[in-house]
Amino acid sequence: MLTLEALTVRQDDFQLTATLRIGVGVTAVMGPSGAGKSTFLNAIAGFVANVGVIKLDGDRIDALPPAKRPVSMIFQDNNLFPHLTICENVGLGLRLNRKLNDVERQVVSAVLGRVGMAGYEDRKPAALSGGQQSRAALARTLLAGQPIVLLDEPFAALGPGLKHEMLDLTSAVLTEDRGCTVLMVTHDPNDAKRIADQVVWVGDGIVAPPVATADFFGNPPEGLRDYLGKMG
Amino acid sequence: MAHSPVAINPRWPGGIVAGLVLALMLGTLCAVAVRAEFQTGLAVADWAAIRFTVAQAFVSAALSCLLAIPVARALARRQFRGRSAIITLLGAPFLLPVIVAVLGLIMVFGRNGVLNNALGYFGLQEVSIYGFHGVVLAHVFFNMPLVTRLILQGWLSVPSERFRLAASLGAPIGRLIEWPMLRGVLPPAFLVVFLICLTSFAVALTLGGGPKATTVELAIYQALRFDFDLGRAALLALIQFGICAIAALFAWGITGPELTGAGLDRAVQRWDGGVKRDALIIGLAAMFLLLPLGMIVLRGLAGMFSLPPEVWQAAVRSVIVALCSAMLCTLLALALALRAGRLVAITGVLPLAASSLVVGTGLFLLVYPFVSPAKLALPITVLVNAVLALPFVLRSIGPAVAKIEADFGRLGASLGMTQWTWLRLIVLPRLRAPIGFGAGLAAALSMGDLGVIALFAGDAQETLPLAMYRLMGAYKTEAASGAALLLLTLSFALFWICDRGGPADADT
Amino acid sequence: MQNPIILTAAAALSMATPAIAETPVLTVLTYDSFTSEWGPGPAVEAAFEETCGCDLQFVGAGDGAALLARLQLEGPSTQADVVLGLDTNLTAAARETGLFAPHGVTADLALPIAWDDADFLPFDWGYFAFVGNKGAEAPTSLRALADSDIKIVIQDPRSSTPGLGLLMWVQAGYGDAAPALWADLADNIITVTPGWSEAYGLFLEGEADAVLSYTTSPAYHLIAEEDDSKVAWAFDEGHYMQVEVAGKVAGTDQPELAAAFMEFMVSDAFQSIIPTTNWMYPAVAPVEGLPKGFDVLITPNKALLLSSDEALAVRPAALEAWRTALSQ
Repeated sequence: MLTLEALTVRQDDFQLTATLRIGVGVTAVMGPSGAGKSTFLNAIAGFVANVGVIKLDGDRIDALPPAKRPVSMIFQDNNLFPHLTICENVGLGLRLNRKLNDVERQVVSAVLGRVGMAGYEDRKPAALSGGQQSRAALARTLLAGQPIVLLDEPFAALGPGLKHEMLDLTSAVLTEDRGCTVLMVTHDPNDAKRIADQVVWVGDGIVAPPVATADFFGNPPEGLRDYLGKMG
Repeated sequence: MAHSPVAINPRWPGGIVAGLVLALMLGTLCAVAVRAEFQTGLAVADWAAIRFTVAQAFVSAALSCLLAIPVARALARRQFRGRSAIITLLGAPFLLPVIVAVLGLIMVFGRNGVLNNALGYFGLQEVSIYGFHGVVLAHVFFNMPLVTRLILQGWLSVPSERFRLAASLGAPIGRLIEWPMLRGVLPPAFLVVFLICLTSFAVALTLGGGPKATTVELAIYQALRFDFDLGRAALLALIQFGICAIAALFAWGITGPELTGAGLDRAVQRWDGGVKRDALIIGLAAMFLLLPLGMIVLRGLAGMFSLPPEVWQAAVRSVIVALCSAMLCTLLALALALRAGRLVAITGVLPLAASSLVVGTGLFLLVYPFVSPAKLALPITVLVNAVLALPFVLRSIGPAVAKIEADFGRLGASLGMTQWTWLRLIVLPRLRAPIGFGAGLAAALSMGDLGVIALFAGDAQETLPLAMYRLMGAYKTEAASGAALLLLTLSFALFWICDRGGPADADT
Repeated sequence: MQNPIILTAAAALSMATPAIAETPVLTVLTYDSFTSEWGPGPAVEAAFEETCGCDLQFVGAGDGAALLARLQLEGPSTQADVVLGLDTNLTAAARETGLFAPHGVTADLALPIAWDDADFLPFDWGYFAFVGNKGAEAPTSLRALADSDIKIVIQDPRSSTPGLGLLMWVQAGYGDAAPALWADLADNIITVTPGWSEAYGLFLEGEADAVLSYTTSPAYHLIAEEDDSKVAWAFDEGHYMQVEVAGKVAGTDQPELAAAFMEFMVSDAFQSIIPTTNWMYPAVAPVEGLPKGFDVLITPNKALLLSSDEALAVRPAALEAWRTALSQ
C-alpha cells in the first residue's frame, strides 16, 4: 500500500498536493496538460523536491534519494542507453555493471523471453523498433523487482495496435506476475479502461483520491468532461 | 514541465577545478599587480605597444570578418566535389602551430617569396611581411577560416524555404535574409577574433620586429628575457590583462566557438550569384590557405630527415607535453562540464581573455624566488596550455554532458546508479567522441604553443616550436623547414589519433 | 645505424642523468652564432677537450645582450661556469650583478685599446659596420643612411650586442642629436631582430639592402664562399668598436676548469680559430698572422668606444630614445 500524506510540490508559482492511498494493481493518472501528472510521478520517484510523507507499507521513503527508493520508472523515451546492448541494458536492472556472469545472462534471457524479446540480447537499441525498445525497458523493470512502478506515458509514441499489446503485457507481467503497485500517466481514456483498476484525477493543484475505473468514467469529474470535450 | 534536480553528476570535482582555474588566473594577476612598478609610468614606446596591440587586433578581426563573408556565401550556395575537403581545410589553421604558419607565410609573402617574385616579374611594388602588415596577414590567415565556418553555420541555419520565398518574390536576398543573419553572427565572431589577436604572441614575436610592431605580449617577453626587468614586465602584464578584460566584458556570454563543423556538409539551394565569381572566391581562399602549407611540405621534406638530434629531443619533449596537457585539459573540462552552472560558465570563458604571457609572468614571479624557472618550464607549460585550451574543450564536452544528463539522468537515478557507476557506465562511454575531439584539440594546441615556454625555457626544456624558432633565428632555413614539417605532422597526427580514437566504437 | 627516434626518446627521458658521470662538465653560456656548426664552437670544443680531460658544453642563449638577462634570471643557481660573449657595453652592468669572479689571467693582448679589466677577458674584437651588396648605393655616414631610402635590418639593443653597439655608435657620434638621427633612421629599418644571425640571414635572403654587422663580415664571403659581392660601408663619423669578452662565474662548481678555459681562451689554439669562424679580429695576434682576405677589409679612419661605465650610464636614456623613435 502506497500512502501519500499532504505530499506537496512547489515550483515557482505552481503547487501540487496529494493525500491518498494506492494499492496493488494499475492506477491510471489523468488530467489536463500541465496539471502536474509527470510532476506527481517525479515526486514519488524523488526527482523533484517535495514536502509531506510518502510511505510504502508503513515505511517512510520520502527521505530517500531516488536511487534508494523502491521505485522503477519507465519514461516516454530514452529508456535505453544507446551505447549498451539490450542484454547490458536489461542487466542493469539486476546489477549495475556492464559485465554479467553466465547465470545473470540466463536470467536476462529468460526475462527477455517473457516480454517476447528472446534472441535480441546482443542488439543495440538503435537496431530495434519503438515497441521492441519498450519491451526491453519493461524487461529491465521486471528484473529490478521494485514494488512500485511508475509509467510516464511510456507507449504514447506507439501505434494503437502495438500500444494495446504493450498495455496488456505490462499489466500481465507487472501486476499479475509480480503484484506491483503501478501508476501510469496517460492521456487516453481507453488506456485506462483497458488495464487500470482505478483512476486518480490531477487538476487545480490537487491529486484526487483514486476512483474505480468504471465509476470514474461513469460519473466523470467536471475537469474530465472539459478535457474530453476539448479532445473532441 | 519543470525539470528535475537530479544530482547524479558529481559536482564537487567541478567546484575544485573552477577554484583552481580561478586561483591560477587571479593568483597570477595578484602576483603581477604586487610586483608592477608604477613609478616609472609608461614610456612613449609602451603607449605605442598598446596602440599597436589594439589596432592590429581590430584590423585583423575586421578583415577576417569582411573576407569571410564572400567565402562563406560562395561555400553556402555551391555544391561541388571537394567542398567538404575545403570545409575541413578551413578548420586546419586552428590546429596549425603558429610558428609553422608564419614560416609558410614568409615563404609565400616574404621579400623573396612566391608572391613578391611574381609581383617583381610584373614590375609591381613588393609587399613586406614584417611589421603591421605581416601581423595582420598572419592573423587573417588564422582567423578568416574560423569566421568563415561560423558564418557558414549561420547561413545553413536559415530555412531553405526562406530562400525559395525570396527567389519567388524576386526580393533582394541580401537585405531580407543575409543581413539579419550576419547581424547576429558577425559581432560575436568579431569579438572572438579580436580577443584571439589581442593575446597573440608568437606572430608578433616572429613578424613584429622593432618597437614599431611590438604588442604588449611581446613587450612583456622582452622586458623579462632581454632586460630582466621584473617590475616592468609585471606592469605590462597588468596592462595586457586590463585590455583583455575590457574586451572580454564586451564578449560576455560568448563561449568558445563551435569547432566540430558538424552539419556543414550540405549546401543551401539558392537562385542568385554568379558561379564563376563563387568559384574564383573559393579558389583564392583555398590558395591562401594551401600555398603556405604546401611550401612547408615542399621545403621541409629535404630537411626533415637530416634534423639535428636536439630537434628530435625537442620533438619528444613536445609530444609528452602535449599529451600531458591534453589529458589534464580533458579532465578539467570534464569536471567542469559535470558541474555546469554559472561558476563553470565564468571559468570556461575566463581563459579566453587570459594571455599565456600574463599568466606566465605571474607564475614566473611566484616561482622565481624559490626555484630556477627553467626547472619548472615543462610542468608550467603543461598547466598553462591545458587551462588556455579549456574554453574550446569545454565547448566540445559541456553540451554533450548536459544532453546525457537531460536524456538519461532520471533513468540512471531510478536504476540506483551511484555517481561513480553513472560516470563509468554511462557518461564516459557516451562522451568518447567529444572527449576525443577535445583532447585532440588540446594536444594540437599545446604541441604548437610558443608562449609561456619562451618565457621559461632554457636549453634542456626546449620544445619543438621553440627549437624551430631558434633554427629560424639562426637562419638554418632547411633545418627550420624540416622542423616545421615535423611539427605540422605531429600536431595533426595527435589531433587525428585522439579524434579517431574517440568514436571508434561509440554508438549513438 | 640505430633508430634516431628511439635514441632521442631515451635521451629526452633521461635528461636528469648525465651520460658519463665521471667526466667533469664545463658549461659555457654563449650566444647562438658562437655555438652554430659554422661558428667557433665546435673547433674550440674539440681543441679544449684535448687537454682538459673534461666535457666542454656550450649553451646558446640568444644573442650576447640576452646572455646577461639569462644569467640574472637564473641567478646564483645558474649551471653556467663561464659566460662568453658579453662586450664592453655590458661589462659594467654585468659586474653590478656580483655574479662574476676575477679571471686572474695575464695575456699579451693585441687590442687597439689598453685593457685592465680584472673580471672580464677579451677574446676578439672588431668594428661595427653596415654590410651591403657591392655596386649598390653605399652611404658614407649614418646621417647619409638616415636620409636615404635604403632598407636595412638592425638588431634589438636589449638582446643583441651589435644592436647595443649601434645604439652606442649613434650616441658617441651624435651626442644630443642622437634622438633626431634615430627619428630619421626609423623609416629605413625594415625590421628589428632579436639577434645578429636573424638579421644577417634576412639580409642574405634578400629581405633588406644592408644589415648591421662588422667590417670583418665581408671576409666570410671572400674566404668561405669566394664571393666578393658583400661590402662593408666606411662611415665618416668613424666606427664603433666592439671588444667581446668572457667572464668566470663566481659560483662555479668547476673553478679550476673555468680558470683553465680562460687561459686557453687567450692561447693560440683558441685565437687562431676566431678569424675564420667568428669573423672577428683575434684578441691576441695569432702566430700565423691573419688569414688572407682580412687585408682587403676597410679600416675605419676613426674608432669610437665609450668606456663601460659611460655605456652603462647612457644606456637607459639612449634606449628610451631608440624605442621612442622607432615606435612612431
